[in-house]
Amino acid sequence: MSTPHHPPSPDLFSTATTRRDFMVLTAAALGGVGACAVAWPLIDSMNPAADVLALSSIEVDLTPIQVGQVIKVKWRGVPVFIRRRTPDDIAEAQKVNVSELRDPQGDEQRVKKGREQWLVVVGVCTHLGCIPLFNAGEYKDGWFCPCHGSQYDTSGRIRGGPAPKNLVVPDYTFLSDNRIKIG
Amino acid sequence: MSAPKTNSIKGWIEYRLPIFSFIDHSLGSKYPAPRNLNYWWNFGSIAGIVLVMQILTGVFLAMHYTAQSGMAFDSVENIMRNVNYGWLLRYAHAVGASMFFVVVYIHIFRGLYYGSYKAPRELLWWFGIVILLLMMATAFMGYVLPWGQMSFWGATVITNLFSAIPGVGEGIVHWLWGGFSVDNPTLNRFYALHFLLPFVIVAVVILHIWALHQHGSNNPLGIDVKTPQDTIPFHPYYTYKDFFGFGIFFMIFSWLVFFYPNALGDADNYVPANAMVTPAHIVPEWYFLPFYAILRSMPDIAIPFTGMVLVQSKLAGVIGMFGSILIFFVLPWIDRSKVRSATFRPVYKIMFWIFLLDCIVLGYVGSQPPEGSALLIGRIALAYYFAHFVILWFVSKREKTLPLPESISKAVLASHGGY
Amino acid sequence: MVGIDMKKIILIAISLIGLGAAGIAFAENQKPPLKQSWAFDGIFGHVDKQAAQRGFQVYKEVCSACHSLNRIAFRNLADIGFSEAEVSALASSYQISDGPNDNGDMFQRPGKPSDYFPLVYANENAARATNNGAAPPDLSLIIKARKGGANYVYSLLTGFGPPPAGIQLTPGQNYNPYFPGGNLMMPPPLSDGRVTYADGTPATVDQMARDVVTFLQWAAEPEMEIRKEMGLKVMIYLAIFTAFLYVAKRNIWRKIH
Repeated sequence: MSTPHHPPSPDLFSTATTRRDFMVLTAAALGGVGACAVAWPLIDSMNPAADVLALSSIEVDLTPIQVGQVIKVKWRGVPVFIRRRTPDDIAEAQKVNVSELRDPQGDEQRVKKGREQWLVVVGVCTHLGCIPLFNAGEYKDGWFCPCHGSQYDTSGRIRGGPAPKNLVVPDYTFLSDNRIKIG
Repeated sequence: MSAPKTNSIKGWIEYRLPIFSFIDHSLGSKYPAPRNLNYWWNFGSIAGIVLVMQILTGVFLAMHYTAQSGMAFDSVENIMRNVNYGWLLRYAHAVGASMFFVVVYIHIFRGLYYGSYKAPRELLWWFGIVILLLMMATAFMGYVLPWGQMSFWGATVITNLFSAIPGVGEGIVHWLWGGFSVDNPTLNRFYALHFLLPFVIVAVVILHIWALHQHGSNNPLGIDVKTPQDTIPFHPYYTYKDFFGFGIFFMIFSWLVFFYPNALGDADNYVPANAMVTPAHIVPEWYFLPFYAILRSMPDIAIPFTGMVLVQSKLAGVIGMFGSILIFFVLPWIDRSKVRSATFRPVYKIMFWIFLLDCIVLGYVGSQPPEGSALLIGRIALAYYFAHFVILWFVSKREKTLPLPESISKAVLASHGGY
Repeated sequence: MVGIDMKKIILIAISLIGLGAAGIAFAENQKPPLKQSWAFDGIFGHVDKQAAQRGFQVYKEVCSACHSLNRIAFRNLADIGFSEAEVSALASSYQISDGPNDNGDMFQRPGKPSDYFPLVYANENAARATNNGAAPPDLSLIIKARKGGANYVYSLLTGFGPPPAGIQLTPGQNYNPYFPGGNLMMPPPLSDGRVTYADGTPATVDQMARDVVTFLQWAAEPEMEIRKEMGLKVMIYLAIFTAFLYVAKRNIWRKIH
């Protein structure tokens, strides 16, 4: 026995149930929009505030830095090493066989073209976050991390010890020959 | 497997923790509510939503606020100027506090009019008074946190009240302050308590609702539910009505937050606290004004014609102020009428409106300097406030009440609806 | 019916009290401020950026001699239409205290956009000592910190005059009926032509007062325009949603009636 087949209702509101469903659906949709609109300011309020963002980039004057000298500046709460490398340092960095490195990166990828004497790296060991010491390990004019013995070369690349990655090169640009903006 | 087959995820949870049937039976389609509730019954659920909103905005504000006397004001300005949507969080929280009191005061006066405090709802009423007292403490301490001039001096004036207690008063005040004046220790403990108390309020609200559900809601006629015909399922009738109420509430709330956020506040609180300079007028937030009026209007309690003072006006003011709230605890026994709703109590109905007017007058008096005509009006209004309860004791036993309808359903059928 | 009459009485009482309370706010020895119309008033209020820039010039050249603005950072001035270059140039024209350096000393350096306007006086005591005992308040919040807001500040700036008969001024005091009590240490700061506007607008006292009030309004509430725009959107959304909920409620309750 077959029940008569009802043709689809041409009118969306022909039954109380579908009108009810429409109401519930619309209410839920409008309410959902409202809930998102309420949630967003709460979530966004946890993002960095305007004064924190204002300090998110710094400008550094390079004039006082002598050849072979390294300075430490504070950027976004962490130290950044800025070193004016000697020609020996640059040569040393460039002649390394990149494929043998734990984190393969050529020296030219870590400096700006035409300004290879300037090395700008975040002074935080990529192992567990201590601040490495300059010229204190196996690599002359490199860095050594006293916490667990990571060794970085004259380009800040990891050469020994437990750290997995090279010292991070932050986003920076030369505003002029003697001025950089980090971040 | 003994788990039900239908809707298996829901069934799996339900078998282990019957949360779905619990919701169904407490505010779903299986919770019966009187069919004749009017819009004055919306304010309880609105109060609940405001509590949730205050806790949410409060927690996110707490991520940026610093409770140290040298940094508190600056941290609030940092929220206003630097934190993303910080101004919105701050204004929502400040306006929300005022709206919380508007809603709760209406909710209380609904209870007074319809006799919701009468048996068997005395404990429900008591939990409500406790919630009001906790709200007042929370709001008082919260207002101190921005460390503006009013924050500081309002705290000084009100905490100084406790020195009125004979003997141990001064010791208590130093204990409250953590020092010899309102200062950093006071600010820090107020912050800790302001964070804590709202969760205590939540716990008492749960007790409040639990007590409510024992005998169900009162209704505008004040007569008991007798048969299921007197009720309708809470969902969808009152859920949708409550959602509509939320919509109206949030429109009023948003109007204030976005266009007149400082209308209910005091300009002096945008001046950083200065212990060496007192503002010309120390005024609490509007929701404390009636109590402030009582505090300042109480005279010395003396034996007439002898000039012998029994209780100094300072202590009398404190007793009067707390008494004006504590008296509500005994209201179910002061009001001896067997009839609940003022709809059927023409004498009590007049008394109710006069009492409401009296509270408003007290509120106005609280905003004025306590001198001249304001002081006189304040004393009259204060006297009437307590006289109301004395009068009620006598009137409630004797008044002629109108005949009650037989049942809710008969009354509703007779008026064949209004919506 | 007695109940309804009572309700009317209550409502009238509330309105009267509300009006009375608003009116009485300025009663004793303070003239109520002149009511002005401001571009930033009302639900469509906005900050006139040209006026705010002129107002900043007035602040810088007149008010900043005594009044600090230390909740505003140089970078905030981009909000009222200054370019990044102008902001940097302005910032570096100020000397900002920084340090300690490696020797342990504090030093002065040119300002950066992220710096805040520096203090005028080292602390409140220094401010009082230099100003006959009255410390000039910081202006970052002044519009919100005074009853009457923008109207009050405008009236004060333009309201200086000789004291009426019977009012005594101590040396250094000035008379202004809009100030509570009437006597204040601040001398009238504005006079016609005191500032030469960069955009050529004639600098009358009224113009300068209006411009600096517009600037100070922005300084007190930098979020105002966003707040009101958001408010409009929120009200429209809520109106639609609430209307819908009302229709839904009526629909559901139809069965019962």
